[in-house]
Amino acid sequence: MSLLSRPRRTALVAGSIGLALVVTACGSADPTPSAGGDDAGASPECAAFSQYGKHEGKTVSIYSPIRDAEADHFEKAWKPFADCVGMKITYEGTGEFEAQIQVRADGGNPPDIAFFPQPGLLERFAKAGKLKPASEEIKKLTAEGWSEDWAKYATVDGVFYGAPLGASVKSFVWYSPKMFTEKGWAVPKTWDELMTLTNTIADSGVKPWCAGIESGDATGWPATDWIEDLMLREAGPEGYDDWVSHKTPFNDPKVTAAVDKVGAILKNEKFVNGGYGPVKSIASTAFQEGGVPITEGKCALHRQASFYANFWPEGTKVAEDGDVFAFYLPGNDPAKKPVLGAGEFVAAFTDRPEVQAVQAYLASAEFPTARMKLATYVTARKGVDPANAQNPIDKLSMEMLQDPSTIFRFDGSDLMPAAVGAGTFWKGMTDWINGKDTKTVLDYIEASWPKS
Amino acid sequence: MDFDFAAELPKLLQLLIGVAAFLVVVAVILVLLDRAPMRRRAWTHATILLLPAILLLAIGLVVPAVRTTLLSFMSGDGKEWVGMSNYAWMFTQPEAVIVLRNTLVWVLLVPLLVTSVGLVYAVLVDRTRFESLAKSLVFLPMAISFVGAGIIWRFVYAYRSEEQDQIGLLNQITVAFGGEPQQWLQEAPLNTLFLIVVMVWIQAGFATVVLSAAIKGIPAEIVEAARLDGASPLQMFFRVTLPSIRSAVIVVLVTQSIGTLKLFDIVRTMTGGQFDTSVIANEMYNQAFRYGETGKGAALAVFLFVLVTPIVIYQIRQRREAVR
Repeated sequence: MSLLSRPRRTALVAGSIGLALVVTACGSADPTPSAGGDDAGASPECAAFSQYGKHEGKTVSIYSPIRDAEADHFEKAWKPFADCVGMKITYEGTGEFEAQIQVRADGGNPPDIAFFPQPGLLERFAKAGKLKPASEEIKKLTAEGWSEDWAKYATVDGVFYGAPLGASVKSFVWYSPKMFTEKGWAVPKTWDELMTLTNTIADSGVKPWCAGIESGDATGWPATDWIEDLMLREAGPEGYDDWVSHKTPFNDPKVTAAVDKVGAILKNEKFVNGGYGPVKSIASTAFQEGGVPITEGKCALHRQASFYANFWPEGTKVAEDGDVFAFYLPGNDPAKKPVLGAGEFVAAFTDRPEVQAVQAYLASAEFPTARMKLATYVTARKGVDPANAQNPIDKLSMEMLQDPSTIFRFDGSDLMPAAVGAGTFWKGMTDWINGKDTKTVLDYIEASWPKS
Repeated sequence: MDFDFAAELPKLLQLLIGVAAFLVVVAVILVLLDRAPMRRRAWTHATILLLPAILLLAIGLVVPAVRTTLLSFMSGDGKEWVGMSNYAWMFTQPEAVIVLRNTLVWVLLVPLLVTSVGLVYAVLVDRTRFESLAKSLVFLPMAISFVGAGIIWRFVYAYRSEEQDQIGLLNQITVAFGGEPQQWLQEAPLNTLFLIVVMVWIQAGFATVVLSAAIKGIPAEIVEAARLDGASPLQMFFRVTLPSIRSAVIVVLVTQSIGTLKLFDIVRTMTGGQFDTSVIANEMYNQAFRYGETGKGAALAVFLFVLVTPIVIYQIRQRREAVR
């Protein structure tokens, strides 16, 4: 109370606090290091980047769900580019991209560029008018680099927003080539062969399949990939598109059939969960650990995307003659090979020239090539030599993605409205694994589809 | 990553502007106070001093509250008016009803358990030789964040199949007694109770410390008089101790109720709201920020606000009575 009656003293206190803050601020600003070499642009290795212009002293911020080692590789890959054009790229990876990008955009603090792993999310921001349409140059680069399937996924109401970046192939079943040769099992070419093999393995006393769908906030997504792969095979690419765009309701008999076909494996106590226990343990097993029992001989098959190559225990050799490898998840007709995959899209919240330069560089064939030389990476960009791939599975994935005859479909849960694709679909499949029946779960997901 | 000061300059500039603005505001207020005539119970002075706080409250609390309320009557993208349909969803969709049911269970059980555990503990250790040690032990979990506690307890409940080594304490105990390992966090509705245990574990220390202090505040004469009158320990507790510390008990109950209504961290870290364990705050976050269903999220937020209001009013009343 005494302070109130003495305005002068208050002023003094407030003043000195303010002063202290100012001094601290100045102090930390003092030892400013000079930003990068000034004449770096003249060196020969920079000639390759001359087309992107000069952006001295500019900063471009990137926000993305890619973190840790993978993020370091990204930063390393684009460093020569950034140094040569004179800009600084500040990169921030987050484990909560889906929620935080919304918070940052709403809060008036969006990044310059975001890597969207879900076209559905990109669409939401595009419709809200937050994203800037891609420049003509990026459009051109995308048209020459990717198949139409890909470009379509970053186009909202006829406006194109950004080129794809990385990619992954999801339609893989991991197995142990050693185990297969020892037991005399063969890689199946059709769904029926796969089921026969499953039964053979089960009879040999090993639970054939192992799976894990626990993934924090995103628990359930590996199970949705299963459903998508089966929808793509059962209903065909067009049927798949109809399902994803909700022309076919979620509780349609076609979907029920696909889910039950997955259930024949994932909900059969005889077939799962090798190395981890009963069916329900799928829901509590981290997806990163889902396939590990294969290396211990406790499980034979694990359906997971190409990027699972990163999750094998240290020292596991990923090769056709190694410890683990993957085969294409077969459908009913061996002649048709639709591929389920995913990837990121580079969309921008601002359209400054330096931001567009970064976008253009990321859409070029040079960036993925540089990135692939550092560590495992897959891109669907044409003109990137699969021979640069770090391991056989990356090479196989790239060949599949670049093959013009491949029918590519993007991960459906990433295309659906977030309420379903990143919400009830994941949650519903987790409940389904945990014991709920197919009809209840599909009705629940159908009811949650946004009305507008 | 190296820290580039040049890149941080705009931030520092903003900081400077902020500090300067703060000084200007303080200076203006002080000048105004100095000039204002001192009459009639210092009305003008009070207004001048209150103005910045009221302004900040309006910007930080009132405006967002009004906006949230408006959003709760709108569609997911906040473009169309949808009337009461978000509220209808909340009370009719089975999975939303489960969320409400869980919150109810939490709010009924947590304050009750926390208070009774804290009270019994406080009475038992009161004036024993190990009192301070015993109290520190039960208070320790308070120092752990909810997220930290959630992760710790997730390990306690962790499941491994029978043929594997158990890594979870609870399942290890179960196996040691010849039972089968259970997926504790996946079996509704029991899993909600397992989560509640975590909250009680964290908060019991708070209740113990507050109630223990209150017990020590009971006048020695009353205790002595009761003893002389031949009161049994049970009578002592229910007739003397409990009535004397009534206000402290209410404080604990009220803070726990509010804290439990807002509960988010434990559920999110331990189950993510899966397996029928979600509560209002968690579902609100999911709807508004993960699914982009701002309307539904806002409706849940408003409902949460409505639930907390009576408790806050009750507490304010209690305080007024105490002052009288």
